[in-house]
Amino acid sequence: MAAPLKISGFCCRNEKPLANFIYRFLSTNSATKNETRPKNESRETHFGFETVAEDEKEERVYEVFKNVAGKYDLMNDAMSFGIHRLWKDHFIHRMAPVEGTKLLDVAGGTGDIAFRFLQYIQSQNDDPIMVEESFSIPTNIEAGAYSIPSDYAEEEKIDLSGYKEDTSHVTVCDINQEMLNVGKSRAEEAGIFTGIDWVQGNAECLPFEDNSFDAYTIAYGIRNCTHVDKVLTEAFRVLKPGGRFMCLEFSQVNNLGLRRLYDSYSFEVIPVMGQVLARDWKSYQYLVESIRQFPNQKKFAAMIRQAGFGMVTYENLTFGVSAIHSGYKLLKVVK
Amino acid sequence: MAREDDRMYVDGNGQLRERKLGYDELYPGHIPTSTLQKVLLSIGSAGMSLLDPSRDDMIATLGETTGTWALRSIKEKMEADPTGQRILTEQPVINTNTVSIDYLGSLPEGTFGKKYWHFLSKNGFSPDARLPIHFVDDPELKYVMLRYRQVHDLFHSVLGMPPHMLGEVAVKWVEALQTGLPMCALGALFGPLRLGPKHTKKYLETYLPWAIRNGQNAKFLMAVYWEEHWEDDLETLRQELNIEPPPIIASKS
Repeated sequence: MAAPLKISGFCCRNEKPLANFIYRFLSTNSATKNETRPKNESRETHFGFETVAEDEKEERVYEVFKNVAGKYDLMNDAMSFGIHRLWKDHFIHRMAPVEGTKLLDVAGGTGDIAFRFLQYIQSQNDDPIMVEESFSIPTNIEAGAYSIPSDYAEEEKIDLSGYKEDTSHVTVCDINQEMLNVGKSRAEEAGIFTGIDWVQGNAECLPFEDNSFDAYTIAYGIRNCTHVDKVLTEAFRVLKPGGRFMCLEFSQVNNLGLRRLYDSYSFEVIPVMGQVLARDWKSYQYLVESIRQFPNQKKFAAMIRQAGFGMVTYENLTFGVSAIHSGYKLLKVVK
Repeated sequence: MAREDDRMYVDGNGQLRERKLGYDELYPGHIPTSTLQKVLLSIGSAGMSLLDPSRDDMIATLGETTGTWALRSIKEKMEADPTGQRILTEQPVINTNTVSIDYLGSLPEGTFGKKYWHFLSKNGFSPDARLPIHFVDDPELKYVMLRYRQVHDLFHSVLGMPPHMLGEVAVKWVEALQTGLPMCALGALFGPLRLGPKHTKKYLETYLPWAIRNGQNAKFLMAVYWEEHWEDDLETLRQELNIEPPPIIASKS
């Protein structure tokens, strides 16, 4: 089930494509410590509350998700008492995708967002109720009333050419093969075979053409990426003009009293759950620490604007435990 | 990395946080835990070990989180005994590097070492297969815990109990009475619930009283330097330690 990807030249277009290419070549071939690399790459970053070299972070995050993949869904249910399902449902509801949407779900791992996307569209087709965001298509137009040619008005349905011909499609992209494998088997179990592709790739350097997707989602993944700004720039690149960027991520609890409670729960209970249910304390300690390291709602919104998106908004879920950030790749304004 | 002066630091959103003790600082494998976490771990591991018996790490975790007082008392008793003190100072470890399996196999029948060798080879065990200790917060108590886990198999041999459910429960009774570890007591009390009717009868009539007698009358087994007794005759060793030989019904091991 190979995705139809065409990589034209270098996938990440930035100011120094050649230096980047050399760096990527070197870092995949040998231990990164002794290689000469461009100065700006040997910085440090955070891995939870630990400080690590930037190139080390990606590896360590990979190991975390390789270890948790098998119990990922169980742990999500346990840690959030099932609430993560509501958050994801709401996320797709906010997206309100229509038939024909090409979605790229990054860090999509086990497929929660992808499956919901397909189900949402399916349910819209089965029962086409009018949702607030949709527009009603007039079918009984009097000739001349809206200056529409009379033969057009005779049609029973207005054919939005190209719209209904395309079918919806979601490409699930994740850097971690174990997570993708879990997602693939879930798809098989659910009987979902068409409209979905599974691609291994790095959010900071996506293996997709420019302007190729209607929507881009990243749910609970961006926090684990080493360079969030690069992920945002890449998201901007692969979206079509008018395309929508949506991010679901853990964020800051605004209420101080609740924040204390949330912190206690996170630091005291979650690693214990990790040890008992998944035999892995350290991965879940990393998880709660990485949430604290991630920029809060406002800061993250600013970063999204920085990447070129417009109409950037955010919405808190469960007092800010999770937040949905949304932005659009607006068409260029010609001055 | 975590010194006293840089305990406080600022996280990604400007919030001041205290850097707690890191991993492996007290000993390799150490994971620092608060009291609340130990309580939660105890409950969780007790539940999980009942729900999923294949999770042997859960029984180990239960032992670590509930054992602090018992470990301290074992350590004190060992310090009061000259051999026990020697064990605490030398901190011997039983694994394939320190004990040669072939050497044990070469010993004559009827020796303690040969008995242990039979126990290992018949059941496919290895002295190396011991789970690492994570939740004990004192390096010296960690050694006591480690020693307990290592000599558990030796207890099986010296008591003549095979590692099936009935034998394990009997050993747990002896250990509970000798060490006071809550995990042993829980195993001794709840283990028999899983015995079938035939074994339950044997347990109640023979094994339980025998195990209790041994637990109470035997010398303090944690203070025995077992590695120095491989070549001893098993029956003589049992007499020295005041251990009653296993009941005749179980003489298949």
